[in-house]
Amino acid sequence: MTVSAPVYSVENLVIDLYTPALSVRAVDGASFHVAPGECVAIVGESGSGKTVMTLGPLGLMPEGVAVDLKGSAHADGRDLLTLSQKELSTLRGGFFGVIFQDPMSALNPMLKIGPQLVRQGQRYAGLSAEAAYKEAVSLLARLGIPDPEDRFDRYPHELSGGMLQRAMIALALAAKPRVLIADEPTTALDATVQAQILELIRQIQKEDGIAVVLITHDIGAVSVLADRVIVLYAGQIAEEGTAIDVLTAPLHPYTRGLLASVPDFRSDAATGTKEIPGIPPNQVKLMPGCRFAERCEVVQPACRMHRPKLQTVAVGSAPHRVACPVTIAADGIATHD
Amino acid sequence: MIDTPAIEARGLKVHFKTAAGLVRAVDGVDLIIPKGAFHGIVGESGCGKTTLARTIIGLQQATAGTVKINGRDRAEWQSGDRKSFTGTVQFIFQDPLGSMSRRQTVRQTLEEPLLIHSVGNAAVRKTRLSELLDLVALPETVLDRMPRSLSGGQRQRVSIARALALNPKVLICDEPLSALDVSVRAQIVNLFARLQAQLGLTIVIVAHDLAIVREVCSGVSVMYLGRVAEQGVTRPLFADPAHPYTQALLSAVPSPDPRIEATRLRRLLVGDPPSPRNPPKGCRFSTRCPVAVPECRVTEPSLSAVQHGGQAACHLASASTHAVI
Repeated sequence: MTVSAPVYSVENLVIDLYTPALSVRAVDGASFHVAPGECVAIVGESGSGKTVMTLGPLGLMPEGVAVDLKGSAHADGRDLLTLSQKELSTLRGGFFGVIFQDPMSALNPMLKIGPQLVRQGQRYAGLSAEAAYKEAVSLLARLGIPDPEDRFDRYPHELSGGMLQRAMIALALAAKPRVLIADEPTTALDATVQAQILELIRQIQKEDGIAVVLITHDIGAVSVLADRVIVLYAGQIAEEGTAIDVLTAPLHPYTRGLLASVPDFRSDAATGTKEIPGIPPNQVKLMPGCRFAERCEVVQPACRMHRPKLQTVAVGSAPHRVACPVTIAADGIATHD
Repeated sequence: MIDTPAIEARGLKVHFKTAAGLVRAVDGVDLIIPKGAFHGIVGESGCGKTTLARTIIGLQQATAGTVKINGRDRAEWQSGDRKSFTGTVQFIFQDPLGSMSRRQTVRQTLEEPLLIHSVGNAAVRKTRLSELLDLVALPETVLDRMPRSLSGGQRQRVSIARALALNPKVLICDEPLSALDVSVRAQIVNLFARLQAQLGLTIVIVAHDLAIVREVCSGVSVMYLGRVAEQGVTRPLFADPAHPYTQALLSAVPSPDPRIEATRLRRLLVGDPPSPRNPPKGCRFSTRCPVAVPECRVTEPSLSAVQHGGQAACHLASASTHAVI
């Protein structure tokens, strides 16, 4: 675990999204940070706000919606929320590298793979054309792409799914970013290719000391990569802590339910797949109180009245925080706030 | 007396002609699924698992081979007495929204099979609709809603209820869980398990989530490039896989426990699966197999008995020479 200063941090972020038909509070007072060489996983189901919370401060937002961002987000010594579009764009290209679920959303289908990497290296890493070419070929080789010189001259549609995913990671790394944001990087891949890509991200993180933010709903990927985990439910942080604390000793009823619904086929216990009843709330008409209350097994009347605060229950290499006073009281856990 | 299997496929092949050449999506599959089984078909994209499921039910024409359902030839049954066939065998699609009419309410969607099969009068159908909603744990209030206004989990429940409307004996499901969120997925898995026990169904489920297959499926077939690489009873097979591909596939699934992940030895395969347009000579897995011997690149192995009681198609995995890696 690293103790260096965060390279990307977000405090008290509130994101409202407006469309002509409705307004949604997608993120409601969330904070997180990531340090060099560290991997933070942001876990949640679709619509929980995990992508908007991470990419929103960089100006990457769903199209066709008006956005209202409050709070602060710091990277490279600047507050992202005060930057102009142009400054943000430069920072996005060089300081942050983003890998998406669908490689075709990052690669230009009309250009060969190689020139896209070269352009990225020239523009953001300040390399000469020749140096950028060398760098691009060695990057492709490093990412386990066989025959990199040949692939350099291929169009994206000529590569298989796993190779395309690698090419996109190469594109994200070509500008030598300090923070790599991986948005569901393995969801669309097959199991054996998924394992290869996770291993690759882990290598990059360790070797380059890059900060990785992993956005996912795949607990397996979290378990492989993450140092710390943030569990998001309906735009609010339900629980956060080290991967070991959160995944092996979860406290929030949502985290507990989520983990119980993921069977581990290495364990001998035939516990069966547990389920969380109901579906996530619609964030258009939110009730006061805890957003998980409607689906919670240990809900108390007070839960529906007051929004639970994140409370620190353990201070180790990274504090373990949970937003559930009911569990804290029931399990007799001491808090450190 | 040996019970007739619910599904019996022999020498099944499905080839597609494309501009770029012949795609051998399914290339010689034998599959026997006993009545009352909950059978999983797993494998990576392009292995032919969905094509196999669609061919079993006749949504896809086979290039060669036969399928018998409850002992009857499927093709004959389907062309001779389509109503009795659809009353016995039903299919559930990956995308419930795509398999429902967007202009029909849930009530119309559920009632349609009953009307086509002239089941009872209005009162009988009304009772049946309530029974169906009970089976899949949906409230009566969904009856007058449109598929679009339902959540993903609710839609999949509606499509399951529709498949059950005629009291089928065999249910074939193509990745019914893939489009769902993790916490909702568990609800639908449990629903399948409950329905199977309650109604004595035979269920075949195409899936790529191995952990879920281990939880609910009694038997499993692992497919690779159009053929069955290994099959058997789920738990012993997962505990002691004989085929190097199954071993790698299982090894690729991360444990949700980071303490296990920190120390676990992973078996990473090199490269992507080859294209079914041009499967490798000999064993189809030989190009990625960490233990392949020269014979593997010449002779294609056939399924033979292995230690866990099932079969594997690997020259190195016979019962006596097991533990190849």
